Amino acid sequence: MNRQSLGRWLFAGTLIFALMSMLVPLPGILEPFKPYWPALVLLYWTLEAEDRVSLGLAFSVGLGADLINGIVLGEQALRLCALVFIALRFRSRLRFFPMWQQSLAVLALLLNDRFLLLVVRMLAGASLPPPTWWAAPFVGAALWPFMFLLLDDLRARLRVQ
Amino acid sequence: MARARDESSPLFAGNAAGTLRLIVYLALAMALMVLDQRNGWLWRLRYTAAAVVEPIYRLAGLPAVGIRTVSVAFADRQRLTEQNQRLREDLLLANAKLNRMAAVAEQNLRLKQLLDTQHSLKLNVQLARVVGVDLGAYRYRMTLNLGARDGVKPGQPVIDAHGVIGQVKEVLPNTSIVMLITDPEHAIPVVIERSGLRTVAYGSREGDRLSLPDLPLAADVRVGDKLLTSGLGGRFPPGFPVGEIRDVAPADTGMFLVAHASVAADIDRSADVLLLHDQAEPDGPPPPVVPMGPPSNLAPGAAPVSASSPAKRPATASHGGVQP
Repeated sequence: MNRQSLGRWLFAGTLIFALMSMLVPLPGILEPFKPYWPALVLLYWTLEAEDRVSLGLAFSVGLGADLINGIVLGEQALRLCALVFIALRFRSRLRFFPMWQQSLAVLALLLNDRFLLLVVRMLAGASLPPPTWWAAPFVGAALWPFMFLLLDDLRARLRVQ
Repeated sequence: MARARDESSPLFAGNAAGTLRLIVYLALAMALMVLDQRNGWLWRLRYTAAAVVEPIYRLAGLPAVGIRTVSVAFADRQRLTEQNQRLREDLLLANAKLNRMAAVAEQNLRLKQLLDTQHSLKLNVQLARVVGVDLGAYRYRMTLNLGARDGVKPGQPVIDAHGVIGQVKEVLPNTSIVMLITDPEHAIPVVIERSGLRTVAYGSREGDRLSLPDLPLAADVRVGDKLLTSGLGGRFPPGFPVGEIRDVAPADTGMFLVAHASVAADIDRSADVLLLHDQAEPDGPPPPVVPMGPPSNLAPGAAPVSASSPAKRPATASHGGVQP
């Protein structure tokens, strides 16, 4: 019972931490390379604990993210829903990929997410972003193995699901 | 059991219910976005959830504060001494200037009173700290640690020692969000100091630049011209530095000149900014005129008053210099 609640805390903690990391400012040059943390963390839990992650959760995490740093309410909810839906659908295959292939899959998902964001922003009337804007998914995919191993290790140490 | 598992989570194909749920959620998100775009719900929601949102902002701002503290703690002694020395010199210089400005401001005030204009040079300002929070990559915003409870209202101009930074866009109870003048959606009415030409400076997407896209072809604009706020539109008081022209070229259409200007304020470096409050409209009868008496050096209480007057009005003095 205790392990279970610890696991729940870890799950919620990582999500909240991801939302907070989105707010932390970086020096101007690094700014466009900031990965989309909530997407990475949600992807991890989608692959590792399918029963915890649902479209509803992705939607509410997205709403939370919009609340604290969004531009339009529902934008990140839309993006995270689409991301989690695709990840859930290909979960069985993604799980058994070797790490480098998994990173490539994550890259594809994040690029898709950026594209979705671009469409939403263009519909809202924003202008075309600079080319560096497309760098963030690559940084996210490069960080994926480290984040995956770190969270796996953390779960193994705490002996939680 | 194994069969049920297979049906609920097939290896290659999804089920229709999952797709349906996705469509419902996507539609919900779209509806939210459209409604928010129309009604500005997000900020009302943020205001309502301020008890949760504000601590998150402060918490996320902590790393930035920590880095600053660490850099101070680990700065070596010599650099600190040098910095101290330089700051002392700056302070002396500033004080000297301030005293001169105070005298000029006093004189200006007297002359204006003589002219019976009701404008006062006194600036009503409030010092605010910048909270280091990143509000998304697209927008040019800044977070301040003062909010509705400190009397901040949307539309208030924000300045620093060198010029205009922007205006307050949204207000939460203890935090407010400033729209910078470099925001592509921002426009500020300006006047070119040298020629007196009035125009509008828009923000641009290339970092800390302003663009002036609709100057007449015959306009007298040169590189190095200073831009001041013109006071038209009533949002920014007149006479504050905005920027300096960096390049002028005819537009692609050949019908206008397009100029780009750098920003006078230290937008990405200042940690403290000033919020300007509306200058209170003088109401009621004017204050009674001080009766003319014998020369002031004969009056017993005159000397301390005149000695303390520069110190009493630092805000007036430091901004008196930029008033036209």
